Amino acid sequence: MFDNLLDPVVLCFVVGLVAGLLKSDLRFPDQLYESLSIYLLFAIGLKGGIELSKASPGEVFLPSLATIALGVIIPILAYNLLRRLGGFGRPDAAAIAAHYGSVSAVTYAVVIAYLARIGQSYESFVTVLLVVLEIPAIAIGIFIARLRTTPGGIKWGPLLHEVFLGKSIYLLVAGLLVGLLSGAERSEAVAPLFSGLFKGALALFLLEMGIITSRRMGDLRQAGPFLVIFGMAMPLFSGVLGTLAGLLSGLSLGGTTVLATLAGSASYIAAPAAMRIAVPKANPTLYLAASLGITFPFNILAGIPIYHAMARFAHGFGG
Amino acid sequence: MSPVQRKLITIIAESALESYLVRDLKRLGVSGYTVCDVRGEGARGKRKGDWDQNRTICLTSICQSALAHAILDHLAATYFEDYAIVAYLSDVDVHRGNKF
Repeated sequence: MFDNLLDPVVLCFVVGLVAGLLKSDLRFPDQLYESLSIYLLFAIGLKGGIELSKASPGEVFLPSLATIALGVIIPILAYNLLRRLGGFGRPDAAAIAAHYGSVSAVTYAVVIAYLARIGQSYESFVTVLLVVLEIPAIAIGIFIARLRTTPGGIKWGPLLHEVFLGKSIYLLVAGLLVGLLSGAERSEAVAPLFSGLFKGALALFLLEMGIITSRRMGDLRQAGPFLVIFGMAMPLFSGVLGTLAGLLSGLSLGGTTVLATLAGSASYIAAPAAMRIAVPKANPTLYLAASLGITFPFNILAGIPIYHAMARFAHGFGG
Repeated sequence: MSPVQRKLITIIAESALESYLVRDLKRLGVSGYTVCDVRGEGARGKRKGDWDQNRTICLTSICQSALAHAILDHLAATYFEDYAIVAYLSDVDVHRGNKF
C-alpha cells in the first residue's frame, strides 16, 4: 500500500498537488497538457492494439460483455444513491453518475504501471475494456437526465458524435487499430517513442494533473460532505462490482485488478465534455469536484492497491 | 472611400460552446468571425484556461446592426441561462462595408 506511494508517477502527482495547494506559480503551458493527453491516449491504445494482435478474438467476448454490464449498472446505481441519499436534483445526479460509470484513461495507465512494477501479468486485451466501458455510461447519464423531461429536447446526432468521436475515444480506438493492424514486429519502429518514453510522460502528466486537482479541491466546500464521501465510497463499491465482473468473466488476477480499477475510476475528460453539452443544467463544479477533486487522487494514492487486494481476495476464494 | 458604421459582436464563452456558436452565427448569416483563447474570471468562477474544462474563447464578428441584435437575442435565449457566456455589441467603423 505505502510502497505504491513511492512510485515516481504517484510521487509526481503528489508534488503537483502540493505545488497547487501551496499556490506555487508553476503552470504548464496549455499546449503541453494537450500534447501529453494526445500522446498518452494514443500510446495506451497502441500498446493495447499490439497486445491484442497476439490474442484470440474469442477471449475478449465475455469480459467485454461483463464490462458493458458494469457500464450500465454503475451509473444507474450512482444516480439512485445521489438522488435518494444525497438529495441531488435530476440533472446533477445524472451528470455525476455518468462520470462514475465511465473511466479515466490516466488511472488505467497508472494501474498498468503498478502491475508492471509488482510483476503481475494481465490479459492482453484489457485496453479494449477501457474503450468499451467509456461509452455506455455517458449515454445512460444523458438518457436519465432527459427522461421525463421535454421530448424532442435532445439531438442525439451531435451528441453521439461527441461521445464516439470525442478526442479521447477516437485516440484510444485509433491507437488500438494501428497497433492491431501493424502487429508487434512492424511496431518496433515506433516503440521507442510510444513505449520507451511512456512512463516518463505519464509522470509529467500526473504532475500537471496534481496542479489541476488542487484547484478543484477549493470547490469541495461547494460540493458538500455527501459528495466528498460519495467520491471515495462509490469507487470502492464500483471496484467490488468490477472485481466480481472480472472473476465471473474468467479474467486473471491482473485482469481483474484492471477491471476493478476501471470500474472504480471516474472520467474527467470525455464525460465532462459530453455532459456540458447534453446536460447543461448540471453544475460542472459538482461533477468535476467529485471526479477530479476526490476520486482521481483517491484512486491514484490508495484505490489501486485496494483494488489489487480485492482481486487477490476474490481469486483466493473463487480461483 | 469613407468608412461605414457596423456592429462588432463580442462573445466570451466557455470553449465547449465554440462549435455550436460558430454554427449558429453562420446560420444567422455572418460573413466571417475570429476566435481566440482567453483567460479570466466571472460569475461562474475563475477560468484559467489551463485544461479542457476550463478554457474560454473570445469570438468576434462584424456585421450589420439588425443581424447583430438578432444574434444577441438568439444567444440570450439559447445559452445565457446555463453556460458561462457574456456577449456585447459595440460600434465600429470599417472600410469595405460590402464585406460585412
